Amino acid sequence: MLSIRNLHASRDGKEILRGIDLDIQAGEVHAIMGPNGSGKSTLAQVIAGQPGYQITEGEVAYLGQDLMELSPEERAREGIFLGFQYPVEIPGVSIAMFLKTSLNAIRRQQGLPEVDAMEFLSLVREKMKLMQMNEAFLTRAVNEGFSGGEKKRNEVLQLAMLEPRLAILDETDSGLDIDALEVVANGINGLRSAGRAIVLVTHYQRLLNYIKPDVVHVLAQGRILKSGGPELALELEQRGYGWVEQESKAVAA
Amino acid sequence: METMNVQEHWQNMALDQVPLALAGHEVPWVREARLAAFERFAARGFPTRRDEAWKYTDLSILAKRASFAPDNIPPDAPSEAALNAWMLSRQNVHLMVFVNGHYSPELSYPRNLGPGVQLESLAGMLDENAQLPPELFDAVHEHTVLDALNTAFTTDGAVLRLAPGTRLKTPVYLLYIASGYGVSIYPRNIILAGEGAEATVIEHYMGTLDAHNFTDAVTQLELASGVTIDHCKLVQEGSAAFHIAGVHARQKAGSRFVSHSFALGGKLVRNDITSSLDGPDCDCRMNGLYLLNGRQQADHHTCIDHQAPRGTSRECYRGVLDGASRGVFDGKVIVRPGAEKTDAHQSNRNLLLSRQAEVDTKPQLEIYADEVKCTHGATVGQLDEDSLFYMQSRGIDAETARSLLVYGFLNDVIERVPVSELRSRIVDMVLDRLPQGESIKELL
Ligand SMILES: Nc1ncnc2c1ncn2[C@@H]1O[C@H](COP(=O)(O)OP(=O)(O)OP(=O)(O)O)[C@@H](O)[C@H]1O
Ligand SMILES: [Mg+2]
Repeated sequence: MLSIRNLHASRDGKEILRGIDLDIQAGEVHAIMGPNGSGKSTLAQVIAGQPGYQITEGEVAYLGQDLMELSPEERAREGIFLGFQYPVEIPGVSIAMFLKTSLNAIRRQQGLPEVDAMEFLSLVREKMKLMQMNEAFLTRAVNEGFSGGEKKRNEVLQLAMLEPRLAILDETDSGLDIDALEVVANGINGLRSAGRAIVLVTHYQRLLNYIKPDVVHVLAQGRILKSGGPELALELEQRGYGWVEQESKAVAA
Repeated sequence: METMNVQEHWQNMALDQVPLALAGHEVPWVREARLAAFERFAARGFPTRRDEAWKYTDLSILAKRASFAPDNIPPDAPSEAALNAWMLSRQNVHLMVFVNGHYSPELSYPRNLGPGVQLESLAGMLDENAQLPPELFDAVHEHTVLDALNTAFTTDGAVLRLAPGTRLKTPVYLLYIASGYGVSIYPRNIILAGEGAEATVIEHYMGTLDAHNFTDAVTQLELASGVTIDHCKLVQEGSAAFHIAGVHARQKAGSRFVSHSFALGGKLVRNDITSSLDGPDCDCRMNGLYLLNGRQQADHHTCIDHQAPRGTSRECYRGVLDGASRGVFDGKVIVRPGAEKTDAHQSNRNLLLSRQAEVDTKPQLEIYADEVKCTHGATVGQLDEDSLFYMQSRGIDAETARSLLVYGFLNDVIERVPVSELRSRIVDMVLDRLPQGESIKELL
C-alpha cells in the first residue's frame, strides 16, 4: 500500500529525515517508536503532505501512485488519514461543520452520494457513542478549549467517521487517561481490516497491549534503525533506545 | 481648502437655503437648529486628511460632488419582491422603511407596538413640533463635522421612545434603501429609553448597485438607568456609495448598551460609534466586523468614555481584508478621574488575505483613574497555515478551508447578535462574499 524509499526531508534547511525505507501492506498494523526529536512526526506529516517540509531525495509510492504529486486534500481523499500529535484549533468552526465538509469531500471522491444533515447526524452520533464523547461537542469549535485527552478522542472520532485506507496515528495515546486509552484503542481496533493499514506512532507499550502490531520500527536520528515483531516493543520498554543506536553504529562501522 | 474658501464655497452653493425647506421648517427652534448646524459645518467644510481624526479617511472625492442637497423627490419605490429578498421577515420585526431618506408608510409594517412604545417618523414629528428634546440637535452632541451636516439636512428617521419599564420583545428594524444616481441621504434616528426599558434596534442600509449615494447618518441613544439596548447596524451599500455615520449613546446608571456594527458594502464606510458612561455600574459592549474587497474602505472610530465608577466595557472588532481594500480601527477607551473600578477590555484582530490589502489599527487607552483593569490588544495577520493544513488533511480543498477559517474568524462577532434571524442573514451575507460560500451555507 505504502512504499517509502530513501526518503530525505528537511525543514528550514535542517535535514530531519535522513533516508527512510518503509513498506506497509494492507491489513497490517505498524508501530513506530523512537526517541524525542527523532523525526517520527516529521515522517507522518510528510506523508500527509504538510507543505512546510522540503523533500530532498527519495520516493513515496501509495497505491502505485507518486504520493508527492498529490496535494494534502487529494491524499486525504485517496484514503490517507493523519491523527495529529498536536491537533489544531479552528476557532468558530464547529465539529459538525468540519466533519460534514470533510466526510462529503471524501465521499465525492469515492463516487458516493453526499450525506445529508439527517444521515450525518445519525452517523456522527453513532461514532461519538463509540468514542464516549458527549454530543455537546458537535457544536463546539474544533479543538478550541479542548483538554489534551479530548483533542485525541476527537482525532479518533474523525478517523472513525472517515474510515481511511491508511491511518497514521501520531501519539494518539499520549495524554489519555487509562479509561480513555481503552476507549480509543477499541475504536482503532474496530477499524482493523484486511483492506486497511494502521501506523501507530507511540512511546508506550501500553497502547500496544491493546492493539497488537505486526511490525515494530525504531526510528532514530531520521532513520529506521531496527524493525522487528511485537516483542521488540517489549524489549525497548525494558532497555530503552541506547542499545539499538549502539547496534546500528556497530553495523555501520 | 482654506477656511474662508470653504465658507464661500458652501454659501455659493446656496446650500444654506436648503435647511429652510426641510422637515420642521415652520417650527422656529427646528429652523434655528438647522441653520446654526449648517453654519458650524460651513465654517469647517469637509474634513481633510490633515485633521488627525480623518487622516486615514480620504473624503476628497466626496467633497467634489455636484450636490449635497438632500434628495426631496419621492423616488420610485423598490418592488415588494426586491424588498422581501433583503429584509428580515416582517412578522418578526417592527419595520420602518426609508427610501432615499424618506419614510415610506406603504412599505413599512410597524405592527402592534403595545403600551409605552412610540415609534414614529422624525420628519412627521418635526413638522408637528411634537415633543422632542431640542438639545439633541445641539453642538455638544456632535462628534464630527458630518454630524453637524446631518443636523442641518436631516431628512427623516425613526424616533423610538420607550416608557419606563417597557420591554419591547420584537426588534425594531429600520431599513434604509438608497436608489437612483447620486442621491444625498441624511437619516437621523433617536432612541429615548426610560428607566429599565429594553429593546433591540436594527439599522440596515442597502443600496442599489448604481446608487452612488452619499449617506450621512446620525443615531442618538439616550439610556436612562437600568436600560438595555442592543443596536445592530448593517451597512450594505452599493459599491460606489459613501456612508458616513455617527452612533452616539449616553448611559445612565446601571444601563447596558450593546453596539454591533457590520460593514459589508460601500466604497467608503465610516462609523464613529461612541458611548458616554455617565452613571455608575454601566455596561457597554461594542462588537464590529468589516469584510472588504476590491478598493473598499471601512473605518471604525469608537470611543468608550468611562465617566463614573464600576463601569464595564468590552470591545471586539474583527476585520477581513482582501483585494486592495483598506480598514481602519481607531478605538479609544477613556477612564476619567473618578471612574474607579472600571473594567475595560478591547480587542481588534485583522486578517489580510492579499498583499495589497491594508489595515491601520490604533487602540488607545487613556486612564486617569486608579484601581482600574484595562487591557487591549490588536493583531494583523494572515490565515493560519497549520489550520489550513489540518483541514486539507481531512480532504477539504484549500479554497473551502480558507473560507471556513474566515467564516469561523468572523462568526465570533456574528454570534453576539441577539436576533437569530439577523444572525443567519449576516452569515449569508458573509458567505455570499467568500469563495465556496454556497457549499458552506449548506452545512449550516
Ligand atoms: N522548523 C524547524 N527547524 C529546525 N528544526 C526543526 C524544525 N521543525 C522541527 N525540527 C526538528 O526536527 C526534529 C524532529 O521533530 P519531530 O517532531 O519529527 O520529532 P518526533 O520524533 O515526533 O519527536 P516527539 O517524540 O517528541 O514527538 C526535532 O529535533 C525538531 O526540533
Ligand atoms: Mg512527534
